[in-house]
Amino acid sequence: MNAPHSRRTFIAGTGALVVSFSLNRAFAQEGGAAAPKPPGPKLPGDLSKFPKMDSWIKLEADGRVTVFAGKAELGTGIKTAFTQCAAEELDVASSAITMITADTALTTDEGYTAGSHSMQDCGTAIRFAAADLRAILLELAATRLSLDAASLKSADGTITAADGRTVKYGELVEGLDQHRDVRAETGIKKSGTFAVIGKPMNRVDIPGKLTGGESYVQDMRPEGLLHARVVRPPAYGAKLAGIDTAAVEKLPGVVKVVRDGSFLAVVAEREDQAILAMHVLEDAARWNDTTALPKQSDIQSYLRALPSSATTILDRGTIGQPGVKALRATYSRPYKSHGSIGPSCAVALFDGGNLTVWSHGQGMFPLRSALSKLLSLAPEQVRCIHTQGSGCYGHNGADDSAADAALIARALPGRPIRVQLMREQEHGWEPFGPAMSAQASAAVDDSGKLIDWQYEVWSNTHNMRPGGAGNLLAGQLIEAAFKPDDPKPIPQPEGGGDRNSIPLYALPNARVISRFIPQMPIRISALRGLGAYLNVFAIESFMDEMADLAGTDPVEFRLKHLEDARARDVVTKAATEFGWQPNAKLPRGRGQGFAFARYKNLGAYCAVAMDVSVDRQTGIVKIGRVVAAVDSGEAVNHDGIRNQIEGAIVQSASWTTLEEVTFSDKEITSRDWSSYPILRFPDMPDSVDVHVIDRPDQPFLGTGEAGQGPTAAAIANAVQRATGVRMRDLPLNPARVKAAIGV
Amino acid sequence: MATITVNGKQVKVDAAPSTPLLYVLRNDLKLNGAKFGCGLGQCGACTVLVDKEPVYSCLTPISVLEGRQVTTIEGLGTREDPGPVQRAFIAEQAAQCGYCIPGMVMRTQALIEHKPHASESEIRDYMAPNLCRCGTQIRILRAIRRAMNEMRTASAEIAR
Repeated sequence: MNAPHSRRTFIAGTGALVVSFSLNRAFAQEGGAAAPKPPGPKLPGDLSKFPKMDSWIKLEADGRVTVFAGKAELGTGIKTAFTQCAAEELDVASSAITMITADTALTTDEGYTAGSHSMQDCGTAIRFAAADLRAILLELAATRLSLDAASLKSADGTITAADGRTVKYGELVEGLDQHRDVRAETGIKKSGTFAVIGKPMNRVDIPGKLTGGESYVQDMRPEGLLHARVVRPPAYGAKLAGIDTAAVEKLPGVVKVVRDGSFLAVVAEREDQAILAMHVLEDAARWNDTTALPKQSDIQSYLRALPSSATTILDRGTIGQPGVKALRATYSRPYKSHGSIGPSCAVALFDGGNLTVWSHGQGMFPLRSALSKLLSLAPEQVRCIHTQGSGCYGHNGADDSAADAALIARALPGRPIRVQLMREQEHGWEPFGPAMSAQASAAVDDSGKLIDWQYEVWSNTHNMRPGGAGNLLAGQLIEAAFKPDDPKPIPQPEGGGDRNSIPLYALPNARVISRFIPQMPIRISALRGLGAYLNVFAIESFMDEMADLAGTDPVEFRLKHLEDARARDVVTKAATEFGWQPNAKLPRGRGQGFAFARYKNLGAYCAVAMDVSVDRQTGIVKIGRVVAAVDSGEAVNHDGIRNQIEGAIVQSASWTTLEEVTFSDKEITSRDWSSYPILRFPDMPDSVDVHVIDRPDQPFLGTGEAGQGPTAAAIANAVQRATGVRMRDLPLNPARVKAAIGV
Repeated sequence: MATITVNGKQVKVDAAPSTPLLYVLRNDLKLNGAKFGCGLGQCGACTVLVDKEPVYSCLTPISVLEGRQVTTIEGLGTREDPGPVQRAFIAEQAAQCGYCIPGMVMRTQALIEHKPHASESEIRDYMAPNLCRCGTQIRILRAIRRAMNEMRTASAEIAR
């Protein structure tokens, strides 16, 4: 909440202070995957992997508290929610807490910050660790005061006895062993007693971001900093055939040209000098051997014709029931860009044989592993420190720029190197969200219930994250190139391409087949929601189609097939708050749509209702009023949840009505915001209202990715009601809408 | 060597005249607010004011700034004493990653100075050059309306 917080985090990450600190921390991290599992029931959240208290929280003698989160702040407000978790369970002021996030020298290895997992895995661990630390402090104070611990009260870092005597937390630190297993049986506070959880708390990072604070890796300016730019090949597979660097090396400010195979970069004293030199270098480079790309207009049939392996992930009852009415439909999505507003950036320093990298990637430990392979260093010689960047929404160019910075830094030991991608490099080379398609068929019986459901989904992997050095672009470009890892599907129940392909609805006879396509003609990886975006779009569009076939209102049709009480509550809440009317009479060109999903069938529940208008002349779909309901389990920060769902709705509206990565037979052609347009202010919905259904004392379910799928289907369902035309191929952009309605 | 005026202070900068203002602000003056987003004038992350007009600092060479006033988000207020537009964005929690937000704030500042009574559609049209990828626009619009109301009220009180 105040300047010292973020400042201290930075200092902890950049200065010499770290050396002694990291020795402590290496000790605190004992008990990783290789350590013997503690006896007793599985510990909650990531305590199950790292059971030591000081892996998560540490009290100092001055009463200050440091919380160590292995998850990173990606702009979702997670640092604030973690702070609330710790402040609540430990009974300290949030201003007494310093939050350290994802740093290979200081925090636990919680893998990637992805999949809406942060609250479940990390938030839960912090709560239990803080609660047990408080319990220990109460026991120590009870001994000191010769009283029963149950008679003591704690607040704001101070323990108070009924007789008025007080003990400050910090006074109990001496001799306190904080490197101990957390006792899960201590438990966490019950709702109703909360002072911080579920109460409004402003984001701790917003004031700095609003006043020019040093908030991002892009803002780092350590002493002696040099600026670098890379030259990317013109197309996939291109090899650097030759280059004369003499002219570039004579340019003002240029310090060095770094070349290794087809990896090419230039380093200069000033950023603008590096950019000018990059352009000269681009002109001087000669490339050959580009890889041919499939025809964009045929991409779905191209992908489906590639070899694939089928897994039946749901096989219930006896499929093939004819019912009284049946339908079959195919849905698809194109490649989509993460499109971060700030091109990816990293700072690296190679000094004394050790590499330090400041990166906004989602997994600092996997990045360390990849960089150590890339540079042939031991993992202990590499430290990766998460430092915020522009929102990523999945695996964008962040890890690539970290690898760029590392290679360049190794060529200039002792000087910190900052490299930021150019817009066209981010757009042209990021790993996109994969193109996908799905086929659904179903039948209803004479009571209007679904009697048969069959669904198949075709997809590449959704995870080409580093781990392997070949998953870093630079790793593929250097002379001694690394091969990308073999693509693997992400197994159910979370799933990758088949995420959310099993409907939550009660279906007596159903089969779902996941078809995994290993071969990837376009560079791809994780984009917010993975396969859930297409699968929820398809299933929830198809539910509307089946509702129409059954002659039932779409909201009623969903409720008719939903047994999960929390799912029913979310659907009912969204419909009620929207004022959903079956067969609402709307003016020509306007329609209302509804959709629902439980993310991954085990995360947050989210339902979206909206109205749209479709301009028949232009084909533009304009979203009017949007109402959503979300159940993320116990709500720590209501406004944080609303902010995430509002953002998901707007982002998905952009994906759904506009976005499509374009490519020629040689190269990606959507390389800026004019060739890859996203929604601008005049295109925004009239309003977005999000209703949070709080579930006190229930586990956290995460939030970040719950809204994308339902929004896409709600738009398509509303467009169908506005135009009478069902659109099943994304995006619903003006050209496609015009073609579909025949104008 | 060029002389420019940023947030009311004259500064001498040792950079080529063609250097875009953005790099001078960020690297020579160590001002974090204006951000590199595209270098093409398509996203607005680098927006600052020059004589109260919003400009893309990524496309504005310092050679054209002689005798003109450059204002960045750092010139609107500080963490301890934020200006009215900054306060409104904080009050509405109008940010997710926040990378685009300084540009949004600067365009909002210009909007309110030029059109203090802008309608909803005028606000949206005026803000069209600036992109946000997190989908924070609905909150940004709330923050703009809040800032507009507060600044109108404040100027009305001064007039009284």
